[in-house]
Amino acid sequence: MDFNDTPAEATFRQEVREWLEANAPTADELQGLDEIARSKLWQKRKYDAGWACIRWPTEYGGRGATAIENVIWGQEEGKFNVPGGVFGIGQGMAAPTLMAWANEDQKREHLPKLASGEHIWCQLFSEPAGGSDLAALRTKAEKDGDEWVINGQKIWTSGAHYSDFGIIVVRTDPEVPKHRGLTYFFLDMKSPGIEVKPIKQISGGANFNEVYFTDVRIPDEQRLGAVGQGWQVSLTTLMNERAAIGGGGGGVGFSRVYRLAQRVTIDDKPAIEDSSVRAKLANWYCQETGLKYTGYRSLTALSRGETPGPENSIGKLVGASKLQDMASFAMDLCELSGAMQGELAEEYGMYPGAYMGAPGGRIAGGSDEIMLNILAERVLGMPQDIRPDKGIPFSQIPTGANN
Amino acid sequence: MNFEFSDEQNQLRDQAQSFLSDNCPPAKVREILEGDEPYDKQLWQSIAELGWLSTVIPENHGGLGLSYYELVVIAEEIGRVVAPVPFSSSVYLASEAILQFGSDAQKQKWLPRFATGEAIGTFAFGEGAGRPSPGSIQTAATEHDISGTKYPVPDGDVADVAIVVSSCDSGDGVSLYLVDLSDVQRDVISTLDPSRSHAKLTFDRSPAELLGSAGNGWGMTNQILDRAAVLFAWEQVGGSQAALEQAKAYAMERYAFGRPIAGFQAIKHKLANVYVKNTLARSNCYYGTWALDENNAELALAAATSRVSATQAFYFASKENIQTHGGMGFTWEFDCQFFYRRAKLLSVNIGSESWWQDRLITAYEQSNQADAA
Ligand SMILES: Cc1cc2nc3c(=O)[nH]c(=O)nc-3n(C[C@H](O)[C@H](O)[C@H](O)COP(=O)(O)OP(=O)(O)OC[C@H]3O[C@@H](n4cnc5c(N)ncnc54)[C@H](O)[C@@H]3O)c2cc1C
Ligand SMILES: Cc1cc2nc3c(=O)[nH]c(=O)nc-3n(C[C@H](O)[C@H](O)[C@H](O)COP(=O)(O)OP(=O)(O)OC[C@H]3O[C@@H](n4cnc5c(N)ncnc54)[C@H](O)[C@@H]3O)c2cc1C
Repeated sequence: MDFNDTPAEATFRQEVREWLEANAPTADELQGLDEIARSKLWQKRKYDAGWACIRWPTEYGGRGATAIENVIWGQEEGKFNVPGGVFGIGQGMAAPTLMAWANEDQKREHLPKLASGEHIWCQLFSEPAGGSDLAALRTKAEKDGDEWVINGQKIWTSGAHYSDFGIIVVRTDPEVPKHRGLTYFFLDMKSPGIEVKPIKQISGGANFNEVYFTDVRIPDEQRLGAVGQGWQVSLTTLMNERAAIGGGGGGVGFSRVYRLAQRVTIDDKPAIEDSSVRAKLANWYCQETGLKYTGYRSLTALSRGETPGPENSIGKLVGASKLQDMASFAMDLCELSGAMQGELAEEYGMYPGAYMGAPGGRIAGGSDEIMLNILAERVLGMPQDIRPDKGIPFSQIPTGANN
Repeated sequence: MNFEFSDEQNQLRDQAQSFLSDNCPPAKVREILEGDEPYDKQLWQSIAELGWLSTVIPENHGGLGLSYYELVVIAEEIGRVVAPVPFSSSVYLASEAILQFGSDAQKQKWLPRFATGEAIGTFAFGEGAGRPSPGSIQTAATEHDISGTKYPVPDGDVADVAIVVSSCDSGDGVSLYLVDLSDVQRDVISTLDPSRSHAKLTFDRSPAELLGSAGNGWGMTNQILDRAAVLFAWEQVGGSQAALEQAKAYAMERYAFGRPIAGFQAIKHKLANVYVKNTLARSNCYYGTWALDENNAELALAAATSRVSATQAFYFASKENIQTHGGMGFTWEFDCQFFYRRAKLLSVNIGSESWWQDRLITAYEQSNQADAA
């Protein structure tokens, strides 16, 4: 065990730092651009210099870097305020799935465009009837020659409105138990028959959507895995999803709330001198470092080329509640003005936004309860829940309280 | 960067685990808990023969001269079996204090004896209820002797020597003394964990020898606590893991409502939450161990981080272990109590959770992380 850089790692870090210092976009450059344009500008610049998705093999647009080098890159890039949220699903979930399941031509065609930021991908998994119970989804695909015809509805699809491609799981056989009747594809979001309708969130934004499919045609070659193997392919995506979502702090993390506690006062003294404030902050610090080092520890598995394991559920589980609790606490520290947002609230105004966004983090990508089930069953080896739908053909499973 | 124990260290873990499962089964812990013996002398002797007491003591002082990575592997295993031996007092506190601050002569005198288990050391810090501070220490020394009362002192009844925290007029107001305990009055104190013994030490002009320089004692005490915190944290992590395993094993066997209680989400989620806390604590302990082994500038912060998360994890794991056992967990006959007792003992032995939370923020304030943020 050694938390220090080896000489080679130190050299690499230095190289990363120098490149970032010379190339990270300035506020002027980003001025006037929307989130997508900003992200694309930065992504393309990284790609052109060989710094995009550095863990990926070079033939797919990466740099062939090691897992540790990727951590170093993340640590250094994290020190700069750079844009990049819109590529998370494509690079973090679709790409690992393509790497594991797509053919060579498809990888060479799509992965470099994901790395360069030319294409944005979305994840068309959840449906009104299939959220936590993803395998209960109903959107169906029927074979027609060399094509599949898709009909149905997806929901909660983040970024569908600006995505170029999507990964999708659909039902191809309703007469077998639910997990065995699914098939996985990728598709062009501009295919005829796709309609995207935004859904407004409690945070005010409309980042997720309903997506309707009416006779949408997908060539059979865009199938990933065998017909009926969609569940296994989805698991590749979901494991990477949890690894990718884990630990995201939405800007509200220990160091920010610590600084807030230095500025606001309790009984005429900086709040940070109050012992109950210190205790709370200490706990969050422990969670933050605990998550960070847990992530590092799982690198060994990743560097052996293994897919991220169920233990990655910890990051999302702990990180999402921590964000929610910290946002709530930060507003308390502001006392009577805690709920204020907008211009008058100055820098304190970010906390209500984080507070309103946080509930989504505890649901997206597998809810807290589902994460706990995964840890209990897959890590601790405890029994599965009793499942009334087990082994029953999908078409015969009860679907609502009224029938 | 590398975040794993080496193959040799993992081998040591396997050896320690199999040795302790043979030589420190729950029945042994129970014997000490219920009996009059202050600690398991036979186990102590075997541990000494295995070289565990001398892990980080340099070879020229009769030790093995290994790193703290080896010592924490052992600490975790000691914690897992809630071993009834004065390991923490002698190894994490007394040996460490002398290693860090002792003169050559003091090292020469004590370390070889600690290494073989021939002598047991301890750290005499507390003076009753309340959080110690330089101003709260009443024990005082003249040039050659010391007077005052220290309690509770872990293993104070069986130790041969204590590092005693004493007030003084210079510097930070505290000095440390080495005191031979053979002629000191000791009264055994009962605590919630009788598998580890404690005593009240009354010094009455007892001969004492300065450790380190006068008036630096508070700074040294804090360094001693930081170092010990990482090692204690590993014991706590070991105990948490064992409590989780015990809870799970019981839940898998125990049937209610026609199925193992391990199948109920209330139990599954409870134990998953235990697992999460244990995992975060363990990861923080990796960080603490690295800082301890390097003795680097991050030690104070890393130690407090390890300590706070391990204290919380062990308390949580041990109480939920009893809960999972239902009525059985509340019986004297079941072993769940061992973890619950030890969790609380370890959490106050070198200072409470809230003290360490406070130390964590202080350490953060003083670290370069605060500047960088
Ligand atoms: C911000 C956001 C972005 C999202 N983005 C996407 C996206 O891009 N693509 C996509 O496909 N989906 C996306 N989702 C959907 C997300 O994956 C689902 O919302 C999630 O899986 C939960 O499903 P559900 O909403 O149907 O809730 P339900 O499954 O109906 O769950 C309701 C409640 O019941 C609990 N519950 C359900 N089953 C169990 C069980 N077995 N045991 C215990 N408790 C249970 C849940 O934990 C939850 O508390 C997004 C969601 C959000 C909030
Ligand atoms: C101090 C004390 C005094 C008592 N006095 C009396 C008395 O005077 N008379 C008397 O008759 N009894 C008495 N009891 C017994 C008490 O009622 C039982 O211990 C209690 O009902 C739990 O049953 P159990 O011990 O068999 O645990 P179990 O039923 O085996 O439960 C073990 C664990 O599984 C959990 N569990 C069990 N079923 C479920 C479920 N369906 N869903 C989720 N979790 C579940 C429990 O919550 C518990 O955490 C006493 C117990 C104690 C501790």
